Amino acid sequence: MKTSPVITASDLSIGYRTGRRTSIVHHNLSFRLYPGELTCLLGANGAGKSTLLRTLSASQPALGGELLLENRPLVAYSEKERSRHIGMVLTDKTMAGGLKVEELVALGRQPHTGFFGRLHAKDHALIAEALEAVGITHKAKSYTAELSDGERQKAMIAKALVQQCPVILLDEPTAFLDVVSRTEVFGLLHRLAVEQNKAILLSTHNIEQALVLADKLWLLSAENGLQCGVTEDLILHRRMDTLFNRSGICFDYAHGVYYPIVNGEQKIVVESEDETLLHWTINALNRRHYQCLSVSEENASLPRLQAITPNQLVLTNENGTQTFDSFNALLTQLKTS
Amino acid sequence: MKCRIFWYIVSLLCVLFAANLFWGSVRIPFRSVLSILLGEEEKATWTYIVLQTRLPQAITALFAGASLAVAGLMLQTVFANPLAGPSILGIDSGASLGVALVMLLFGGSVGRITAGLSVSGYMAVITGAFIGATLILGLIIFFSTLVRSNVMLLIIGIMMGYITSSAISLLNFFATAEGVFSYVMWGMGDFSGVSVAQLPFFCGLLLAGLLLALLLIKPLNALLLGERYAENLGVNVKRIRILLLLSTGLLTAVATAFCGPIAFIGLAVPHVARLLLGSSNHNLLLPLTLLCGAMTALLCNLISVLPGTAGVIPLNAITPVLGAPVIIYVIVNQRKIQYFH
Repeated sequence: MKTSPVITASDLSIGYRTGRRTSIVHHNLSFRLYPGELTCLLGANGAGKSTLLRTLSASQPALGGELLLENRPLVAYSEKERSRHIGMVLTDKTMAGGLKVEELVALGRQPHTGFFGRLHAKDHALIAEALEAVGITHKAKSYTAELSDGERQKAMIAKALVQQCPVILLDEPTAFLDVVSRTEVFGLLHRLAVEQNKAILLSTHNIEQALVLADKLWLLSAENGLQCGVTEDLILHRRMDTLFNRSGICFDYAHGVYYPIVNGEQKIVVESEDETLLHWTINALNRRHYQCLSVSEENASLPRLQAITPNQLVLTNENGTQTFDSFNALLTQLKTS
Repeated sequence: MKCRIFWYIVSLLCVLFAANLFWGSVRIPFRSVLSILLGEEEKATWTYIVLQTRLPQAITALFAGASLAVAGLMLQTVFANPLAGPSILGIDSGASLGVALVMLLFGGSVGRITAGLSVSGYMAVITGAFIGATLILGLIIFFSTLVRSNVMLLIIGIMMGYITSSAISLLNFFATAEGVFSYVMWGMGDFSGVSVAQLPFFCGLLLAGLLLALLLIKPLNALLLGERYAENLGVNVKRIRILLLLSTGLLTAVATAFCGPIAFIGLAVPHVARLLLGSSNHNLLLPLTLLCGAMTALLCNLISVLPGTAGVIPLNAITPVLGAPVIIYVIVNQRKIQYFH
């Protein structure tokens, strides 16, 4: 089945217009946002992620190009219509601590309720359903102020769900969350995208989680504009290095993490049969500014470290062979030598 | 449980309203007041006191208290700041400046002094108060787009208050002794300024402002999430801000023009209502704030006649004594109070 995109942009220019001055942050952006997928927008601070999200939510106008929401220009939507198509989750500070969680979620029904915002049975059912979907039904009667940061973010996601929008935009939804909540929120969003066929776009600095759960990645950088694609396609085409155009940082394609580049004056050959042990051995040596190489004939003259077990590290150099029983002992020796 | 609070407040309100009729500077026997209210023949002076003084004064207190409290609540929500209020943000000093301009420069005055005055006289005072209040409110809203920090905004409000008071001092300096006297009397605050003839006009304007506030309950709830969320919920934030400005401006200006700048009701009563209700949901909070404001004003009016024939305590000597402890309590306990987070 071929799905059509919910949001389509071609040659979009985004930026700010203050008075007569126009400052364009990006131009020639073209992308499509599909339903049923979790899309993660990655980029350095100041790359324009928030500007892009604000443009997509019509908080600020596009400065050029075409932006379509369900095949109709976004600007042609009234505020009310827009609020039924795009739900947002932000990191803004709210004053909603004095509302019960269910009241907070009920605010998401505002685009659908009448002048006085009276809730009907159908609205209550939707609210209960949304609380269930994000897993905070047991907190429905609690004050929003009593929620943990993770639960609060889930409540805001539930608010976006009851808005019944095909698109949900989230601006750094995991910014203040610990690892557990972060993983939960990502997992939740991925599940909602699939189960409720929503187009979910979120900006994040949480690259590890994004790489695991994002169906699509949007990489935004000043130099390369916006690069879109399925996560693995982008990774295996070595696009991750283009995200941060700064010397000193490099993407480890094997492990999916960024790490600082080692300017090793000293070289060392490292070998181990255990993948995990090898990884952490290199990690330790890199921190000591050693450039690690794998075993080959031309490296024969270099010092050599064999990691057999974490308690048996064999270092061979011009002084002979030494065995260390921990990384502590090894690193202490390397420091003094 | 929530309904029960409303019943308590409404009954308390009725009791206080009645107390305001039965109790005053002049001692009138209970039975006599009752028979006057039932339209029976009594001593002419007593009849006059009850029907021409106590009744309009109680109605004035009811409406002025409700209006100031509701204005305070709306300001707290729209500025996302629980310490906002008509007096803190300098809005009632704006109204005072308007009143001072009219009173001291054009010799118009309000209250008992205006009883004989033409409609255009007190209209001028109200218009002055309204222009002053909305001007300051507009300036505050303008600054709120420049200054994101709420504390900074409050300080700007206080600064505006200083500027208007220095303008008022200057006006006082050049005004006549009578003008200054009537302005100082007005500044002490008192609910006796509205005559029976002015009452429908006074109540009509405040009713309009309160009605507008009731119509804004839905967007006020959305604004609890902040402007960007409200926008995403389909609220036209700019238009709502203007309507809120109109409503708070009208409520503060009319109440201030007739009763003087009454401090603390607008600031403290919304907190009392929130604490009683245990919710920030305006669906119930706004009506409860309205009732609590009316109740507080009636209570203050009752206290002001305590000295009996010796005279009347100015309202602005009473409201801070009741209001300031509430605010201190709220600030000290803000970690425990949900609506701060």
